[in-house]
Amino acid sequence: MITVFWITLLFIAIAVGLSLYRAVAGPGVFNRVAAVNIIGTKTIALLVVMGYYFERPYFFDIALLYAMINFIGTLVFARYLERGELWS
Amino acid sequence: MVVIHVIVTALLGAGIFFTLVGSIGLLRFPDFYTRLHATGKCDTLGGGLLILGTMVYHLFQYPETLLVPAKLAFLIFFIFIANPTATHALMKSAYKTGMEPWHLGEKRR
Amino acid sequence: MRLKDKGSGILLTFIIMAVFWILLSGLFDTFHLISGLVCCALVAILSHDLLVKGKSEKGILKSLRLLIYIPWELWQIVLANVDVAYRVLHPRMPIDPRIIEFETELRGEFSLVTLANSITLTPGTITISVEPEKGKFRVHAIAKEPADALLVDQTMQRKIAHVFMETGV
Repeated sequence: MITVFWITLLFIAIAVGLSLYRAVAGPGVFNRVAAVNIIGTKTIALLVVMGYYFERPYFFDIALLYAMINFIGTLVFARYLERGELWS
Repeated sequence: MVVIHVIVTALLGAGIFFTLVGSIGLLRFPDFYTRLHATGKCDTLGGGLLILGTMVYHLFQYPETLLVPAKLAFLIFFIFIANPTATHALMKSAYKTGMEPWHLGEKRR
Repeated sequence: MRLKDKGSGILLTFIIMAVFWILLSGLFDTFHLISGLVCCALVAILSHDLLVKGKSEKGILKSLRLLIYIPWELWQIVLANVDVAYRVLHPRMPIDPRIIEFETELRGEFSLVTLANSITLTPGTITISVEPEKGKFRVHAIAKEPADALLVDQTMQRKIAHVFMETGV
């Protein structure tokens, strides 16, 4: 079972690498923000599988916290790009 | 015990497939709005299936602690609500600042 | 607002917070439980109106119908992802994006949010903007068939109107 987790981690890392190309070369700021949001979502799944691979139960709390931080960060970015300011 | 390993491997494999499809869509599609279609839908389900696979593994390997699968179930529920909302917020802000959508036959952007 | 209306909101928020505290900590000795309940009570009294707005009639029936609606939505999520995977991996990439607008008769806040989330999770459509007064939706569709399923058939609007017991077309 450990080899299955190792292969899963490898493929998630490959997917993060593919999204990184769009984060660097996307024309404009919107493509880059979308790519960073996707890398954040993949990081949550990566943290949960890593918690089972290393047999440490504290990774799940970090994954939960990072899910909320990623969500709030994307919303704040979208609001700033729409209005030009965060609050008036 | 082998049946549980097969089920967990199948769930993890489906999760990896949808995650990779989401990333390939991010590279192949020609416009920002269509790229959000690919990632906002496929990545949500891919992450959800991966976490579901590890939840099934935990329920049969360590059946004493039931608090951890409850925590992971809440994480799946949160991903299913948070990812579409973030996608919608990005798309609305792109539309309001005047980004033109792509139609069939134009150049890639 | 009268105290009876505020009371049910405070109680519901307190129960939800207490469940989350016990779920996330996992420790059941006296000190942690008492301090957790005190923190939950403080949060519930200070900011209960962020979670529960006013009074809603027949809340239990609406929650039950929402629980029945969720498995249909999960099946639509799986269909949506198979559809997007087909469009991504096909060598010729058959997409034809367009923007459509339509109106519904749903007016409640929670039902509009559920409809917008469901449109984003079903095959081929993403909500761009919602107007709460007139119920106007602007939707970006990726091909002709999902756009028709939303404009012509209107299965999703009817199902959500059935869940929240409003007249929606």
